[in-house]
Parts: sequence; C-alpha cells; structure tokens
Amino acid sequence: MALRSSFGTKWKRSFAGWRLIGGPFLFGFLLLLAPLFLMIALSLWTQDYLDLDRTPTLNNYRDIFSHPVYVMLIKRSVSISLFVTMVTVLLAFPMAYYISFYGGKYKAIWLFLITIPFWTSYLLRIFLWKIILGYNGVVNSSLLSLNLIEEPLSFILYNANAVVIALAHAWAPFAILPIFVSLERIDRSMLEAAKDLGDSAIRSFFRVTLPLAMPGIISAALIVFIPTIGDYVTPKLVGGKDGLMIANMIQVQFSKANNAPLGAALAITSLMTVLLISLGFLFFNRRYLRKQTQ
Amino acid sequence: MKKPSVFLFTFVVIYLVFLYAPIMLLPIFAFNDSSIIAFPLSGFTMDWFIGLMSENTLHRALKNSLIIAVTAAVISTCFGILTARAMARHDFIGKRPSFGLIMAPLFLPEIIIGVALLIVLIQLGVSLNIWTVILGHILICTPFSVSILYSAFNNMDRSIEEASLDLGETRFGTFRRVIFPLVKPGVIASILICFTISLDEFVIAFFLTGVEPTLPVYIWAQLRFPSKLPSIMALGFILLLISLILLAVFEYYRRKSEKLIGKS
Repeated sequence: MALRSSFGTKWKRSFAGWRLIGGPFLFGFLLLLAPLFLMIALSLWTQDYLDLDRTPTLNNYRDIFSHPVYVMLIKRSVSISLFVTMVTVLLAFPMAYYISFYGGKYKAIWLFLITIPFWTSYLLRIFLWKIILGYNGVVNSSLLSLNLIEEPLSFILYNANAVVIALAHAWAPFAILPIFVSLERIDRSMLEAAKDLGDSAIRSFFRVTLPLAMPGIISAALIVFIPTIGDYVTPKLVGGKDGLMIANMIQVQFSKANNAPLGAALAITSLMTVLLISLGFLFFNRRYLRKQTQ
Repeated sequence: MKKPSVFLFTFVVIYLVFLYAPIMLLPIFAFNDSSIIAFPLSGFTMDWFIGLMSENTLHRALKNSLIIAVTAAVISTCFGILTARAMARHDFIGKRPSFGLIMAPLFLPEIIIGVALLIVLIQLGVSLNIWTVILGHILICTPFSVSILYSAFNNMDRSIEEASLDLGETRFGTFRRVIFPLVKPGVIASILICFTISLDEFVIAFFLTGVEPTLPVYIWAQLRFPSKLPSIMALGFILLLISLILLAVFEYYRRKSEKLIGKS
C-alpha cells in the first residue's frame, strides 16, 4: 500500500515536472534528436543524380575511407583543433592565474576586459586576422619598417598556422573562464600549508595548484576542442588551400557537389571522431575529475 | 597583496595586446580615407558610414536579422524559464536525459546542427526562409538561457512561494505576482544574451536561410569584394558599439538579479 502510494506520487510529481519541461523537450526532440537520426539514415542512402536511393548501404563510409582526400581532411581537422586546444589552454592558463591570484578587487573588471573583444562579429574577427597576417598586413609592414625582415613573411597567412592563430584568439575567453573558476575554488590555505611544510613555489605549483585546477583545464580543453573541429569560417577565410578542414568539405557536399548522403556520412564520421577523442581525453583524466566529486 | 613576477606580468600585457589586436583595427580602417585596407593610413573620413545608409541589401539583411533575433530570443527565453523551473523545483522521471537533450547544442559543432536541420527541412519539403533560421537559433540559444535562469530559480527562497500559496493565491497568481518579479532581471539578461548570440550567428543561418540573407550572411557575401571592405569595417564598428551597449545592460540586470535572489 505504502509502495503503491509512493509510486503514485512519483508519477504525479513527474507530471508536474513534465508539464514544464515538455515543450522545450519536444522542441529538442523534433529539431535535434530526430534530425540527427535522419542524418544517420541519410548517410546510409545514395544520391542518384536528382533522386535518393533509399536502400541502406555503407558505400558512403567506404568512399570516405578509401579516398585519401576525406581521410586527410579529417586527420588535418583533428590535428589542427588539437593544436588549437593546446595553444589556447597554455596561453589561457597564465592569464586566468594572474586574474585569480593577483586580480585583487578588480577580478570582475579583468574578466570584463577579456570578454570585450569577443562581442564583435565572429566573421569580422576572423577576417581582421587576414589583415593582420597578410602579405601587406600589419605584422609584415611593421616588421619591414623596423628592418627586421627583408621581405614579407608568407608562412603566416593562408595555411594551418593562420587557422591556429585565429582560432586560439577566437576561443580564448572560453578557455580562460573555466580555468579561472577552478583556480578560484582552490583553498589558499593549502598553498600556505605547502609553503610552511617547505615546498618551494614551483613545487607547490605543480603539486597543489595544478592538480586542483585540472577540472577547469579539462573543461576548457573540451569547450575549445569540440567546436573548433567543425569550424567552417576560419579555414575558409584564412586557411588557404592547405588549411581547409572537414566542415568546408561537408558544406561542398550539400551545395556544389550535390551529394547530401556523402555529406551526412562525413558529418557523422567527424561527430564520432570528436566523441571518441573527447571520451578518451576524459578517461585519461578521470583521476582529477574523481577527486573533485569527493 | 604579493606582486606577480615580471615574467607573468609581461605575458599578461602581451596576451592582452593579442586579444585586442583585431578589434583595434576596426575603428582605424572604418575611418580611414582609402578603399584599400592596408597601412599606411591616408586620412580621416566618414564616407564609409554615410555609404551604409544607401545600401538596400544591408537594410533588408538587418531587418531579417532583427526579426530572427527578437523572435529567437523571446522563444528561447520562454523555453529557458520552463526548463530552469522544472530542473530547480521538480523531481521527475527522465529528468537528466531530457535536460541533456536541451543542453546538447552547447556540446555539438554548429555545422552538425545546421546540417542535421537542413536535412530534415529538405526531406519535409519545407522551403528555407527566416523562420527556418529562427528554429535553428532557438535550438542554440536555449542552453544559454537555461544556464542564466537556473541559478535564479534555484537560489530563490522556497518559503516565499509557499507563503503566497498559503495566503490563497492561485499557482498562476503566485507565478505572476511573486516568482516572476524575482526572476525578471534574469529573464531580461537571458533575452539580451540570446538576442546577441542570434544576431552574430553565421553557420546555421548560412545553411538554413533561403534567398533572404541575415546580417552575418550579408557580411560574408561582401567579404569577397575588396572594394566593399571599408564599409564592412564601418558596419562592424557600429555592431561592436551596439553589442557593448547590450552587454552593459545585460551586466546591470545580471547584478540586479543576483541582488534580488540574494546569492548566498
């Protein structure tokens, strides 16, 4: 009897919750989950000029893995975005550390200062890197006028380097903020304890600060890695021919190449790659994440 | 307060220069009297701003973007209120999976969301227009709205609601006269942030817009023409100023929200 009534209230309580979340859930279900499943289905179909052949086949995936260009683009996207993640997090850490440990009462102003540049149009921010890094750009003309170089540097625009610079800039606040939050959570008395017990500043940084900041570093890495692998704008604007990434190829399949099933298969393959790498990354860092929940 | 090492301080200064480098160029070239975007600068002009006033395609794109951003901001904030309230106050079967689905767009590359939606719309035979862009933008804005509103609903003192119900207010009356006024600053902050995200979003709009361009899609098309670049710089400068004003208003309401709810 008691069991049945608690079961009844559980359902009744569930109804109250679902009455609220039902709408947004249905929206997400119809416009995200269902489309993702349709995308999987589409990746198993074949484009036959204007018609779709709906017999399920793995041919699109076979195509992807037998054509070097697709494999190369996926590998390049992964390596560029891993590199971007590393650079962004390495640059963001000292900044976050500075704000958290030396920001004093101006922490909020520092955080505001860091987010201001990111309220410009994303397209223009990336485009402006083209002006900075270009042949007649800011970097080259200032280096030339200082007589530091004889002729303009050409290795900084229209290649993977330019993509890395522009993306490391575009995602900076998304890396700084989570690292800052995790540094703020560190109990400062632990650092004093380490010092009192004879640890040098460097030793206590590596034995106390860094391990405790790991959850923030891990989330910063994921927040940067996941979206950058699918970035379309940056490779297209500053990547040149050697900096194109998988998103550009997906877009081509849906427009010029008119092969939506192959595009869907490419999208699924990249999504799976992102998922596997992220899960692997979380697995290798599980000890830091476990510590936090204890 | 101890002082940072010289090394760390130098790094911070250089890093700030790196962060600000691109937007510093925006006003410089927006007022530069030359149709070529390069140094050395040639003189001061307002021509690029004046030129924007007669660009009809720009005005259409701006109108489309405003319709999209306002609609998407209002609907995603409604979704945000419903989700945040359900998560903060109710315990129900399937709570975590449904929350996961609503927040999922935060963790997916935008191109995947754009492509997936495009596939469904094409299969359903829906023609692409600003409404299809709105659907996509609601999807990506809702998670931001939920994260802003969740703390407002969660930190609210439960006894205030109970008092209102005990004193004979209906559930709807309690929401309208007690809960809503308390979360109102959070709601305004959410509308502002969703509006800004939608106004700047390019990839999904690029995939889902038909013949009607949004502002970023218009900018994207103009970037191909070198002669259009100075006026795009001027436009970018105006957009930056608008965003900063919205951001300041957002910050004001966010602080007010924290004060009202009483962050412990």
